[in-house]
Parts: sequence; C-alpha cells; structure tokens
Amino acid sequence: MPEVNTRQITQAEAIREALEQAMAEDDRVILIGEGVPDPKGIFGTTSGLQERFGAARVFDMPLAENGMTGICIGAAISGLRPVMVHQRIDFALLCMDQLVNNAAKWHYMFAGQVSVPLVVRVIVGRGWGQGPQHAQSLQALFAHVPGLKVVMPSSGHDAKGMLLAAIRDDNPVIFIEHRWLHGIVDEVPTSPYTVPLDKAAIRRPGKDATVVAFSFMVVEALLAAKALADLGIDLEVIDARTVRPLDMATIIESVRRTGVLIVADTAWKTGGIAGEVVADVAETAFNSLRRSPLRVALPDIPAPTSPHLTKDYYPDALHLARAVVAHLDAAVPDTELVSRLFRSTPHDVPQREFCGPF
Amino acid sequence: MNNPLSVNRIESLYRVMLRIRRVEEAIAERYAEQEMRCPVHLSIGQEAVAAGVCAALTQQDGVFSGHRAHAHYLAKGGALEAMLAEIYGKAEGCCKGIGGSMHMIDLAAGFLGAVPIVGATVPLAVGAAWAARLRGENKIITVFFGDGTFEEGVVYESINFAALHRLPVLFVCENNLYACYTRLSVRQPERPIHTVAAACGCKAMTVDGNNALAVFDVASEAVADLRAGSHPVFLECSTYRWREHCGPNSDDDLGYRPKAEVAEWKSACPVNRLATILGAMPEGQTFMENTEREIAEEIAAAFAGALAGGIPQQEDLPGYLYA
Repeated sequence: MPEVNTRQITQAEAIREALEQAMAEDDRVILIGEGVPDPKGIFGTTSGLQERFGAARVFDMPLAENGMTGICIGAAISGLRPVMVHQRIDFALLCMDQLVNNAAKWHYMFAGQVSVPLVVRVIVGRGWGQGPQHAQSLQALFAHVPGLKVVMPSSGHDAKGMLLAAIRDDNPVIFIEHRWLHGIVDEVPTSPYTVPLDKAAIRRPGKDATVVAFSFMVVEALLAAKALADLGIDLEVIDARTVRPLDMATIIESVRRTGVLIVADTAWKTGGIAGEVVADVAETAFNSLRRSPLRVALPDIPAPTSPHLTKDYYPDALHLARAVVAHLDAAVPDTELVSRLFRSTPHDVPQREFCGPF
Repeated sequence: MNNPLSVNRIESLYRVMLRIRRVEEAIAERYAEQEMRCPVHLSIGQEAVAAGVCAALTQQDGVFSGHRAHAHYLAKGGALEAMLAEIYGKAEGCCKGIGGSMHMIDLAAGFLGAVPIVGATVPLAVGAAWAARLRGENKIITVFFGDGTFEEGVVYESINFAALHRLPVLFVCENNLYACYTRLSVRQPERPIHTVAAACGCKAMTVDGNNALAVFDVASEAVADLRAGSHPVFLECSTYRWREHCGPNSDDDLGYRPKAEVAEWKSACPVNRLATILGAMPEGQTFMENTEREIAEEIAAAFAGALAGGIPQQEDLPGYLYA
C-alpha cells in the first residue's frame, strides 16, 4: 500500500483543499456563491481560490438564490461543473423550485440525454443566537427528492473526500456541512482522494446498541459512547455520512448484531430522516430488534435565539447518554453520566475560546 | 420583395409556419381519440414568433422553451416524429415517454429543453449562455416564454445576471395577453413589458409577433448584436393564442376574451399574411400548393411512424434517475 501523506487540519481547511484540488484537476469546475471571493471566504472554505483560479472561475453572485441555481443548472447541462455555496442551508429554501423541479429531474425526464453535475454546498448553523432562520437542519427536505444525492459528512477526512467525489459525480449533490464541524481538526491526506457518496462508516464497533448519527451528532455520539463504555455499555456508532441514498445495508447489518437501534439526528423529529431509518429497519429487520427503536432529535419547534432558551434545545452527548441508559433500562446512576459528560463550556458555542459571531 | 433572397426567406418562413399549423391541427383533430394521454398546449396563432426567431439562429445556437413548446421545437429543427411519439407516450419519443408534450428536447437540433414550470427554463438559458461564454463558444441562447412568465421573480433574477455579465441571451416574450384565462391587465400594471427589461439592462425590442418577416428582421438584428457582444436582448412579440390554454378545442364559449378581440387577431393570421404575399408572386400559388401537399404527406407519415412506435418499459425508469 502506498504511503499516504496526511496532516492535522480543520474541516474548513479540508473543504477548501477539496475545492482547490477539484478546480486544479478539472477546468470545467467553477465556484459561485454569496461571499465566495470576499475577505472571509465562507468561513475560510473558499479563501484564496479566486486569486489562484481567477475571476472567470470563482464568482460572487447576486442575492438571487433561485435564479442563480437555475443559472448553475443551465451551466451544468452545458458542460461546466458548478459548485454553489450558501452560507446557510436556510437560504437554499429559495432554490427549492430549481433544485426539485429542474436539478433533480433534468436527467430523468429527458431519459438520460442530459446530466446535471452540480454541487450545492449548504451549511447548517448552530449556536450564538442563529435562531429560527439560520439554524435549520433541512436534510430530510432534500433527501425526499429522487434525483438528488444528499450527503452530510462529519469528519474532515470525509468532508474532503466526499466533496471531491461530489464534484466528480455527474448528478446534483446537496453537500450539507455543519458550522460546528468546520473548526474540528482531523487527519487529512494531502493528495486528492474520494470517499463514496453512498456508504456509512462504523466509527466505533460495539455490541449493546447501534447508534446511527448524522453530521454533528456523530461527535456527540462518540463522546457518549466513550463515557458509556466506562460504565459497561458498549455502543456501536455509525456515521451515516449520506442521507440519500441511506446506506441501510450497513445499518441493518449492525442492528442484526446489536438488536437495538437509536438514531441521533440534527433535525426535528417529525418527518425527519431518523424516522426513515427507523422505518426501514422495522420493515427489513423487525425480528432483529430486541427493543423499540429510539429517535434522539430536536424538539418540534424552531430554534430560538436567546441562550437562555437554547440550553436544552440541542441534544448533546449527555442528553444522548441519558437517553441510551433509559432506553436500555441500564442501572447507571445519572451522576456517573454527569461527571463524565457535563459540558463546562457555554452551550451555545463549539469551543470556549469562540467569541462570536458566526 | 422580388429579389431571390427575400423570396427564399418568405417561402421558408411560410413553410415553417404552415408546418407548425398543420401539425397542431392534426394533434387537435386526433386528440379526441384518447391516444395522446397528456396535456397539450397548442401554438396555433403564434407560429410567426417561433419561425421568425429560429430562422435568425444557427443550428449551434440553443433554444429553451416552456409548456407551449411545439412551435419552438419544430421551428428549431426538432424531429417531428419523435415529438409525436412523445405525445403518444412511445419508446421512440424524444423523452422516451417520460415527458410528454410539455417536455420537448432535441439536442442535435439545438433545442435544449422545454419544461412546464413557468419560468423554469429562463435561468437555464442564462446559465447555458454563461457556460458558452466561459467555454469560449460562439453561441447564442434563446428562451421563449409568455407574458405570464414575466411575472415570475426568477425571470428578474435571470435578466439581472445576464445583463451583469453581458451574456449572449435572447429573451423572447410572446405576449398573447392571457395567462390561462386571466388577462394581462389583471396581472401587470399598464406599461409595456419590454420597458422593464430595458430598465434591467437589456437591449429591448418590440415587434408585431404575427408578422414573421418583421420578427425575422428584429431577431436577426438582435442576433448580430449578441454575436458582437452586446447586452442581452429582450424581444417582446405581441401575438395571440387561438385555441384553449390547454387542449385541442376553442374555449371562447367561456367568454373570457372579447369576441371582437378574437376576431381581430384571427384576421391577423400569421400564416395568411405570408400567403397573401406569396399569392401575389409568380409561382407563389404553385409553391403553396406543393408545400401544403408535402407537409400533409410528412405529417401523415410522422403520425403513422409515431403510432407504430414501441411501448416504453416501466422497469427502465429507475435507470434514468441518476447519471
């Protein structure tokens, strides 16, 4: 096996590197979004790219999300490979007509004569008062639509590899990032590589229960699993990585071993993708389940802004561990969980040194 | 009018328009057979816009359209039998039966796609022109749409970007005064549509959309400007739909359009207009008779071919979902 050069970089840097390498390897790749070439460069993920690739490949854009999505689709069916960026996934709601009616269907409805190699990067916000319209986790809306691919990597390694795979893919891919993952450091290869757009990853093998986690919830699930391991509960943590398609084969294989399914999602519970995972397991592997499945998700209300109101809005590792313990009827004193998982940093920022705003 | 170039132009525009007219009439006539099981939005009465604009384009130039696309597809050179097969839901249709009348495409002819979400293809046309610019291709992209589409926000967004980057887009607005049954005056303030496009940075033009020669002339000017790197061009063409919004019949019994207005527009028939000119020319009558006969034969053969087509298979559908 050839030696792979890796180093520790943040996920934002990994995303930037994927874009840079994709643009270097294929001159059909163009990059556009509100703020892409500006001094902040979409949280650093696009910094320096216009300087390297020029104003004919890296664009700022008018505040016209739906029209610009259609324009990028028109460019995609005409031989370019656009990457669009929205600083918040909430803004992509303005693009739903073009994404659902055109991007998802142009290849299908013209019987394969045209393809739409388009990547739409969208970022889920959280904390520091992002509030009702800057912190939604809308993967289920996109994942409902046949013809779209929807991914939400959690690690920097996967973010780079899946973004490169998405850009090389001939289909529209909704690439969902999480603002709280951007700053997390990971071991990332320097060379270009791809990570498949249809495979989950088992992050931690375990035998007592399967926890399927999406995006930032993978971070919380691994913390919870580590703490629970000390207390005799052995969780298997699966990083779903993709939302459409869902890698149900990996999930079902795991559930057949553990007999317990817990899904940790970054989104609202009702109509969410967690419910889809539960439904699929129930249909396919009902007899493997020793207990009813459990969803750990957001309450069915929009995110509030005030830090006084968001304290218990997002389930974190402690919430998740408590839910697991209760669900498994395990005799673990809550104090054991609190001593291991209580978060001493403010709940509305990813790290203590963060001092806002996003 | 007697120089050979003009005669050829008149003859070819007449042929294109008459062909569209006769195809649409044949669809209307056969629609009652219940074999074309999809909505059809016929272009009868509006043929001159399609014919005049497409005559100014080359095969390499691209065209997009919307729900009422038959005329644009045919004028751009789209294959007739594939269009009919599509309407009949056959495997040989231009979308293999997945699209139907509202989803026309013929990439070889430069007809890049038509879909029925109002306004949906306007940004696609701008994107295709943007790609052509970035790829160094000398290509003009035309998009046909109606007065109703001009009310969609995405049209403003598209025009803004096209003007900002001076993209080679020809926006062709067929103003037929009605969106389904709703009159323009109920939907837009009293001002010409093209003046809005002018204010947005387009070169704006307006023309009698029932005069194919006039449409050809302004479209040719627009195309020359665009090839020379002008601002995008917005061409407003006044015209009129003869049949119902959707379907093969007349809907004038519903009373949503003044009878005198309908009569006046029908008297300004774009096909008759050129027939009158041709009729006054030597050999004109013979040309028209021959053309009528040739078109009838072509249409009969195309319908027969389309009806003899194969049945698309449901199990093939998932294979089209992803590239």
